[in-house]
Amino acid sequence: MNAISSHRLLAGLTCLAVFTCGPAHAQDLRNGGKLLLTNGVSTIEGSGGGGLATWSTIAGNATQEGIGASAHGTIIELPDYNWTSYGVSLGFFDRVELSYARQNLDTIDVGTALGLGRGYTLNQDVFGAKLRVAGDVVYGDALMPQIAVGVQHKRSSDDAVVAAVGGASPQGTDFYISATKLFLSHSVLANATVRFTKANQGGLLGFGSATQNNHKPQFEGSLAYQVSRRFVIGGEYRTKPDNLAIAREDDWLDLFAAYALTRNVTVTAAYVDLGSIATADNQRGGFLSLQAAF
Amino acid sequence: MISLVFALALSTLQETPIADEPAVAGEAVPEPQRDPVTGELPVDPYEMSNAHAGAAPFTGTGMRDAFHGEEGIRRVVDGMVDRAIVDPRISEVFVSHDLVRLRRALFEQFCHILNAGCDYTGRDMEASHRDLGLQVDDLNVLVENLQAAMASEKIGFAAQNRFLSKLAPMKRDVVTH
Ligand code: HEM
Repeated sequence: MNAISSHRLLAGLTCLAVFTCGPAHAQDLRNGGKLLLTNGVSTIEGSGGGGLATWSTIAGNATQEGIGASAHGTIIELPDYNWTSYGVSLGFFDRVELSYARQNLDTIDVGTALGLGRGYTLNQDVFGAKLRVAGDVVYGDALMPQIAVGVQHKRSSDDAVVAAVGGASPQGTDFYISATKLFLSHSVLANATVRFTKANQGGLLGFGSATQNNHKPQFEGSLAYQVSRRFVIGGEYRTKPDNLAIAREDDWLDLFAAYALTRNVTVTAAYVDLGSIATADNQRGGFLSLQAAF
Repeated sequence: MISLVFALALSTLQETPIADEPAVAGEAVPEPQRDPVTGELPVDPYEMSNAHAGAAPFTGTGMRDAFHGEEGIRRVVDGMVDRAIVDPRISEVFVSHDLVRLRRALFEQFCHILNAGCDYTGRDMEASHRDLGLQVDDLNVLVENLQAAMASEKIGFAAQNRFLSKLAPMKRDVVTH
């Protein structure tokens, strides 16, 4: 980061912290300047990315000249579960992203089977921070991706369930490094992320177990084709640890289509295969997410 | 640009004896005359080279055809410039620049890169944009104007992106802020 942008970052953060951004600051900032869809969409963990996989893109529509924000809501309908999540994120100068997401997994009848009661809902808060360390997703050297590092601190609200399924802790922190590039010559966006995690089902079933309690590297890959300025289709694959003795955990995949209705509103629809979740196999279904970004 | 003119004018003033100050400043900078044939304003001499276009041209005729040859390329350049100079987000940047020359140089550059049979005779990207103080937001707006012009010319989106892939690395020379 050069001296000017780090100075601007500090000024912006201070101005945000005390909520007294005077007209002078407002004039210096220039918000909403990103090209359509180049900020990605919100993941179910709240960070900027595809639907399931985190990318190195910084949330919101601002470039290095401004501060951006986004909010999203996502529903996933599965044979045995209903997922809802929502969250907000802030992007500072296309450099730093702060995010929060709330995840809720309604266990419907599985809740009865597991003795939790019908419709028992597992909840989790995810607090994220991401730093772009190099590169640019659109510009610069055609082969140099945008690279970011990030953390996601996750807090499950269901300590008793986590203990009952054999999770070692209801809280955990994932670390990741992510590389994303829009290869304009082929209209293809590619992303690869390595995440160090011990989360069981993303953390909804806690972190680690008595026998498996280390952060393990997992892979998240996305490949997308830009059909038009507003329309992108693609697929994602995400590997997951398999720490719990009582239930197998599978990798995730999705096939998605994202459409920018306006400069600010993006809708993403996907087919998702989340595999086996807490003894219920073949959780394949529909994913719908709405994002507003500024 | 304007501040540069002032700075030059000031330094001229400083070197001038105070006594004949008003008359000399006026005479020293005569109104530049447009070339009667090209309609362009004169510029300081510079070396010419296709390398100044800033990107290696495509090979083959695919991209030339996708842009409908020289005629199509001219419509794309004019469409982009027409949009840029009235786009409230960037129009100010173009005030008091020679748009006749800009259109001609952009046409040559695009035509050269698209392998449609032109040589580029303009300045390199670093020299052309050095004094403009452009931000990445300005570049994104111009890209949007270019995308709109290419869409009006009914150029397929994949070919649009292929062309943009030649321009994307120029950001380092164009964006100085
Ligand atoms: C990759 C993107 C760009 C390319 C390929 C490009 C290309 C060119 C070319 C070929 C010239 C003429 C050079 C000459 O006169 O010899 C030029 C000049 C100019 N460009 Fe760009 N340009 C780009 C980005 C921008 C942007 C983002 C702006 C402003 C929003 C801009 C504003 C200007 C202006 C005002 C001039 C005239 C400078 C002068 O009068 O000396 N350009 N550009």
